[in-house]
Amino acid sequence: MNLLTDIFLAKAAFIGVVFAITLGIAAYSTYFERKIAAFMQDRIGPDRAGPFGILQPLADAVKMFMKEDFIPANSNKWLFIAGPCLSMLTALMTSAVVPFGDTVTVGGVTFDLQGIDVNIGILWVFGIVSLGVYGILIGGWASNNKYSLLGAIRAASQNISYELAMGLAIIAILLFTGSLSTKAIVEGQQNGHWNIFYQPLGFLIFIICAFAECNRTPFDLPECETELIGGYHTEYSSMKLGFYLFAEYINMFISGAVMATLYFGGYDYPGVDFVTAQFGSTVAGFVGMGALIGKALIFVFIFMWVRWTLPRFRYDQLMGLGWSGLIPLSMYNVVVTAFGILIGKPFTVGIAGFALLLVGLVVYDQLFVKKKIA
Amino acid sequence: MEISSIWYFLSGLTLLSALMVVFARNPIHSVLYLVFTFFCISGHYVLLNAQFLMAVNIIVYAGAIMVLFLFVIMMLDLKRNQPESKSSLTKLAGSVVAGSLLVIIIALVRQNNLPAPSEGTFVAKTGMVENLGQLLYTEYLLPFELISILFFVAMVGAVMLGKREAGERNF
Repeated sequence: MNLLTDIFLAKAAFIGVVFAITLGIAAYSTYFERKIAAFMQDRIGPDRAGPFGILQPLADAVKMFMKEDFIPANSNKWLFIAGPCLSMLTALMTSAVVPFGDTVTVGGVTFDLQGIDVNIGILWVFGIVSLGVYGILIGGWASNNKYSLLGAIRAASQNISYELAMGLAIIAILLFTGSLSTKAIVEGQQNGHWNIFYQPLGFLIFIICAFAECNRTPFDLPECETELIGGYHTEYSSMKLGFYLFAEYINMFISGAVMATLYFGGYDYPGVDFVTAQFGSTVAGFVGMGALIGKALIFVFIFMWVRWTLPRFRYDQLMGLGWSGLIPLSMYNVVVTAFGILIGKPFTVGIAGFALLLVGLVVYDQLFVKKKIA
Repeated sequence: MEISSIWYFLSGLTLLSALMVVFARNPIHSVLYLVFTFFCISGHYVLLNAQFLMAVNIIVYAGAIMVLFLFVIMMLDLKRNQPESKSSLTKLAGSVVAGSLLVIIIALVRQNNLPAPSEGTFVAKTGMVENLGQLLYTEYLLPFELISILFFVAMVGAVMLGKREAGERNF
């Protein structure tokens, strides 16, 4: 019984740490987003609060809490409040199954650096992602504003469309691992056998879908200000708006962590054997946790980089890309992967399939697509 | 805590939210209560050690189908499309039919006296995804494949119905 409570306390502390890290990274993402935007646009960016402006997130938080919290008349009050809460809830729930590191021993208690290791891990991520749209949908409808409703409906159809391609991309990974558990997926990729080398196409599909699921540019149609004022959060003010924006940054970090888990070896890093031999497995486990967070932060940077590089899609282009671009591509990916596993050469067949696809696209482009003469 | 007390709590919650689906005046509230009902049913799946069913139930029903329900209901003008209230005769007939159906089902369950699984042969891991997959692809392969064909036909049918005919108005 004593052991059980020890593990329970350790896990509870670990989950608290993961929450703190997630929220801290999300808060500082807002600062780095503005800094990166400023760098790309040849500006200075926030530099007033503290040295280099690093206290800016605190100032923003104080501002958000101090502002008037306004609930519009004729809105559905409870659902209006529930919207941002649901967004935050679903954003934070995903990290429960992400394996942040291998087994460590702290204070005589041995435990995994993972919230829960269930045998349906990746389906849990998938299920929570598919629930993420409720916050936006409910908030947008409860605002009693046509623009909010349009934004919410865009978000719903976009999420449902891109979930399909995302699921098919995950199926190719599952063919390799033979298990739904995120821990098993990471363990299959140790010592540099990262899935990205076997699944370049699958990763491309997955990252595009991740952009769409997080409502990030170039797919941020639900909050497209040129058409919809502010989209689903038009009527929101104060910390309720803050929660919506915060949930987006949490989603970015968590989707980065999931991508690192699925395609970039999770907590694997070069020299893991050396660190284990020198400092023991506990230190190696914590270094692995740092490696995973580092990989996730690189993805957060890519999210921001793309935001300030690419313009927004048009809505029909978005739907066309999802349904007639990514879904056939991911089906092709599943077939190629299955064929590679069947004949026992997944690496060769994966690369050959990717090359064949590129050649096919070029030939199709040359033969059938009419070029506009400038 | 006893596992049975969790079961009672969850069942009560399920029944309550299912009743709220019917009694809620606002269709949006109905849909949200229905989503909550699905969550409670997923909780029951977890108690039965069938996590795969729980995840699939959430992904398919709560994550996809109910979003589409919500989507369609949000598009309606709820003030204009209020269903006219039924006459008391219709209400009475409905309650009688539903009540007798309830009585029949309860009687059936009580009479059948479903046997409890014997402790010797019971395998706690039956609901795990590996065992489920083994079963589906060996013993129940034919029904499984037939159902996939059925789904495929339904999908093609839905696309056909939703397709814009040549010359039809482009919204």
